[in-house]
Amino acid sequence: MNKETLGFETIQLGHGSGGLMTRDLLDKIIFKTFSNTYLDQKHDGSIVSFNGEIAISTDSFVVSPIFFKGGNIGELAVNGTVNDVAMCGAIPKYLSLAFIVEEGLKIDEFIEIVNSIKNAADKSGVQIITGDTKVVERGKGDKIFINTTGFGEVNPKANIAAEHIKTGDKIILNGFVAQHGMAIMSEREGLEFESTIESDTTNLNFLVNDLINEFGDKIHLFRDPTRGGVASVLSEISQDINKGIVIYEDNIPLEKQVAAACEILGLDPLYVANEGVFLVIVDDSISENVLNFMKKDKKGKNSAYIGEITNEHSGKVVMQSSIGGKRIVSPLIGEQLPRIC
Amino acid sequence: MKYLTEYRNLEATKSYLELIHKAATKPWKIMEICGGQTHGLVRNGILDLLPENVQMIHGPGCPVCVTPLNLIDKAIELLENGVIVCSFGDMIRVPGSKKSLLEAKSNGGDLRILYSPIEAVKIARNNPDKEVVFFAVGFETTAPANALSVLHAQKEGLKNYSILVSHVLVPPAMEAILDDKFCNINAFLGAGHVCAIMGYKEYYPLAKKYKIPIVITGFEPLDLVQGIYMAVMQLEKGVYEVENQYSRVVKEEGNLAALKVINQVFEVGSREWRGIGEIPNSGYVLTKEFKEFDAETKFGISHIKVAENPNCIAGDILKGIKKPHQCNQFGKACTPSNPLGAPMVSSEGACAAYYHFSSNLIKD
Repeated sequence: MNKETLGFETIQLGHGSGGLMTRDLLDKIIFKTFSNTYLDQKHDGSIVSFNGEIAISTDSFVVSPIFFKGGNIGELAVNGTVNDVAMCGAIPKYLSLAFIVEEGLKIDEFIEIVNSIKNAADKSGVQIITGDTKVVERGKGDKIFINTTGFGEVNPKANIAAEHIKTGDKIILNGFVAQHGMAIMSEREGLEFESTIESDTTNLNFLVNDLINEFGDKIHLFRDPTRGGVASVLSEISQDINKGIVIYEDNIPLEKQVAAACEILGLDPLYVANEGVFLVIVDDSISENVLNFMKKDKKGKNSAYIGEITNEHSGKVVMQSSIGGKRIVSPLIGEQLPRIC
Repeated sequence: MKYLTEYRNLEATKSYLELIHKAATKPWKIMEICGGQTHGLVRNGILDLLPENVQMIHGPGCPVCVTPLNLIDKAIELLENGVIVCSFGDMIRVPGSKKSLLEAKSNGGDLRILYSPIEAVKIARNNPDKEVVFFAVGFETTAPANALSVLHAQKEGLKNYSILVSHVLVPPAMEAILDDKFCNINAFLGAGHVCAIMGYKEYYPLAKKYKIPIVITGFEPLDLVQGIYMAVMQLEKGVYEVENQYSRVVKEEGNLAALKVINQVFEVGSREWRGIGEIPNSGYVLTKEFKEFDAETKFGISHIKVAENPNCIAGDILKGIKKPHQCNQFGKACTPSNPLGAPMVSSEGACAAYYHFSSNLIKD
């Protein structure tokens, strides 16, 4: 599979026309890469069966730049949706995959993205079972947008719902915050700074499922704090359950280089996007066991207990600062803007 | 990062807070000049840890907050006329008279968010058929880099680069605050980074004339509590001196290389301050030699004048006469997602800082 086989260096409008060029692109790149019993039918859709309840989640990926340290838009599109399905307490099984490609995208880049999608799907144990490719005129897209919808079987031991959260529950985070957002930020035009910060994009479904199998309904909620960061997700939760949340600044796992980059750019790491991070809210009685369990997993080795649910200040998240002061952690408004000085 | 963590040391910070509690026998009002200090005080929850009789008043040192509405409208006018406008991040959401730069961008304007004006020169070089304007706001701190961008553009012979200048200076603002008949401030924490550039000789006559202690202070928790302690000690002793808490960064004579660049490109002139009005000799304007880099002259937009929202009390907030939560609009008609005035936009703005962090809201 290479660009010569398509006869073009770049994606043409014709690749989305539904005609022979589309067929060529699908056969030589898409079907070839993702070949499986469902996709090989080359039908308009796929028929699949599930045991029990199904969790469904959809997400669109528009990240710019499309290639960044630690990943690209392709694996992000798989991991993002796989993780959202996993957060429902489900085992992700299938993905739909829809591309909106801007005319002129290099075929090499398209192939690299498709290969990353394949790798990421294999790693998380999901199959691509249906999809779509559209091409828009140059200037009407930003290289490539990807939408994925994930389908998963709910683990029968899971009982994930915000309404199960009660006062005294503990909040555990699986790893370093703000890695993804800062990796992207470091490559944006006009903001470039030298760093080795890599996106943390990864699939979390196996660790999440192991936790459910081990601890069952004593796990009350999973959430992955992607856009808006940890602060925005916790604010949402505290408002949804109408209880307060206390978090401890010193406990939040933050890698030194990321902390320094946030410091320089005047950004608060609690609001910066993550991709390989999840929060789990658990019954106080199992919190230590959950933390130890997570620390043994590669994707949870930096896990930390970051806070708890309280009866005070309902609907608000309060952070205890390193020096013992308190402040409200409010949800992100609009885009986080770098400060002047 | 050891350098920073030492200044976030819990024990050292606590011991200074204890010293402040012991030292302060009378009610004192201390103004921190700089928005970065306001941010540090609220972010770390220091305001709640101070004794009740030591009250911090939040000063005008947020560059976004004091940039007049006119200038924002001027930048929008340029953006809507095909000019590439480059700006620091927190400027773009500040409401102009009708809209913000961000809204003008969504209508098709080419707005770039930058960290350094030198990047804007690069954009001008790469887009020779386009006009590129850098929105040069800020205090003395951002002046050297902004001046340097002009020198670079001149050296490269770039004719399509200019700056929309709204540079303001700290000492004239302090004087305007002290001259206000409602002023009740007993001491200042001087703006550390401004003094890193300018030095602090210019504060001696101020301290003497107004009999007011001025402590040049940094931004980390330990800096802030140490600065407050030094100010309280001066007040309790009845002395009024210029002291330098931030000596690891600030020298008495300032940064001579930076000052040279500033003085080459800018001269002191009268400036309008949002919410305060025009203050003579309170800012920088381009010198005659560099007038061709002045976007206002180049594009003939000096005539744009607009009035502030009458419901916004930004002036009283910036002068420290009122606290954000004493404003009728605070948290109601005026929120960070729908700000009436600039102090609610920037995270350094007193209103936004209160809205986001203050424990006044925790007790609701």
